[in-house]
Amino acid sequence: MLRASALLAGEAMYRQIVPAGDYWLDLVKSGQVLRIVDLEGNQAADTLFFNAADVAERYSAVDTIREQGNVYLSCGTKLLSTAGNVMLEIVADTVGRHDTLGGACAAESNSVRYALEKRTMHACRDSYLLAVAEHDELGLGKRDLTHNINFFMNVPVTPDGGLSFADGLSGPGQYVEMRAAMDVIVLISNCPQLNNPCNAYNPTPLEVLIWNTDVR
Amino acid sequence: MEPAESAEVHYETTLEGGKHWSLTVRSGMRLRLTDRDGGANVGMLFYNPLNPLERYNAPDTLKCQHTFKLTRGHCLYSDMGRIFCSITADTAGWHDTVCGTTTRQGVARRWGERRYQEFRNDWTQNGHDAFLVEGGKYGLGRRDLAANVNWFSKVVVAADGALSFDAADAAAGRWVELRFEMDTLVLLHTCPHPLDPSPVYPRKAVVLELGPAAPMAEDDFCRNSRPENARGFANTELYRRSGCAVRGK
Repeated sequence: MLRASALLAGEAMYRQIVPAGDYWLDLVKSGQVLRIVDLEGNQAADTLFFNAADVAERYSAVDTIREQGNVYLSCGTKLLSTAGNVMLEIVADTVGRHDTLGGACAAESNSVRYALEKRTMHACRDSYLLAVAEHDELGLGKRDLTHNINFFMNVPVTPDGGLSFADGLSGPGQYVEMRAAMDVIVLISNCPQLNNPCNAYNPTPLEVLIWNTDVR
Repeated sequence: MEPAESAEVHYETTLEGGKHWSLTVRSGMRLRLTDRDGGANVGMLFYNPLNPLERYNAPDTLKCQHTFKLTRGHCLYSDMGRIFCSITADTAGWHDTVCGTTTRQGVARRWGERRYQEFRNDWTQNGHDAFLVEGGKYGLGRRDLAANVNWFSKVVVAADGALSFDAADAAAGRWVELRFEMDTLVLLHTCPHPLDPSPVYPRKAVVLELGPAAPMAEDDFCRNSRPENARGFANTELYRRSGCAVRGK
């Protein structure tokens, strides 16, 4: 479902450009609103959420899609944790559909999907691994790098059970916005993938904004 | 569909509905699961026993093979680009791997809870606790759970993305056969699929058969079903030959 936000970028308490191939990791507090902007269009924001008070509780793709009865994420989607709690809710979305089936790219899956030699190309999981290594105070490691959301990515499922990676529905300046229902650690890899149309073969920057709305 | 290959059976057992178990399966073995009475569900997770940080990865399995369902010809991938096992035969045609598993709260909401205190081993066990118990035997915990396979459960997706459980073909006697390409730790349970529309907690038995797999031929259906799988087998072969996974073979 499409819904524009009433929040003004000029009033955000935090703004950060995230270049392609980099990660962004920060705390978003309960009540704060997080916006991710696809600045140039057709980019993929591979995103994980952890409960800041108990990082073993984290975003669960399977619980989220099963409980809402739909494989696509959009406005109104409650992003559920592995314990079935609401972590965030998508409150604005100018794209209409985001993927949570396809997971993040990794050097190893690239070697399977494209060519064995592609294993040296930069991938989301490398960004994730660097992020948790550089923030080892969080106690996160490889086992925590699980089934993520791909904001702005379009992965249609066909009635006969196929899965395709289609050209994105997103475009320059499109965004998705979510309100945190608990304090969450957010980890985004701005996808460096060069081998499929999920980012039009041209990885581009994202912008992250945070508003203090009704922080409890 | 396809081959009822030479079926030498080393071990056969039945898991009643709502139970859990785990085992390590050597490379070169086959595991057949049979839905004895119709309407069964088998939740399953896979790990590398030498390094359990390598585990079944549903997103990679789906995107490497451009599929949403699992059936014959598909391979189950680890997050390291290797293949735990291949689906060499399947009479069911569609298995789910995106709907997760039941929780204690979910079972209570859907079917009502039957506690051990009153019902003993006919209690309403749930998939999440079943995985935690089995995983705990190998040092695995909450952080190690992942999107699991739900054998025998078919969940379809409408054009708008809506998920629905399809019980139409859930006949007794369906079976699926896995050929293990790596030594693998398998966690499994026979708790119901979380979207099963049955008005009562479904308690469906599954028969497990373990035996040697037929040697893989050049024209192997799984390896040749997609070019990605040829590369997945190449990665797996490299691992088997590179030393740490050889162990007396």
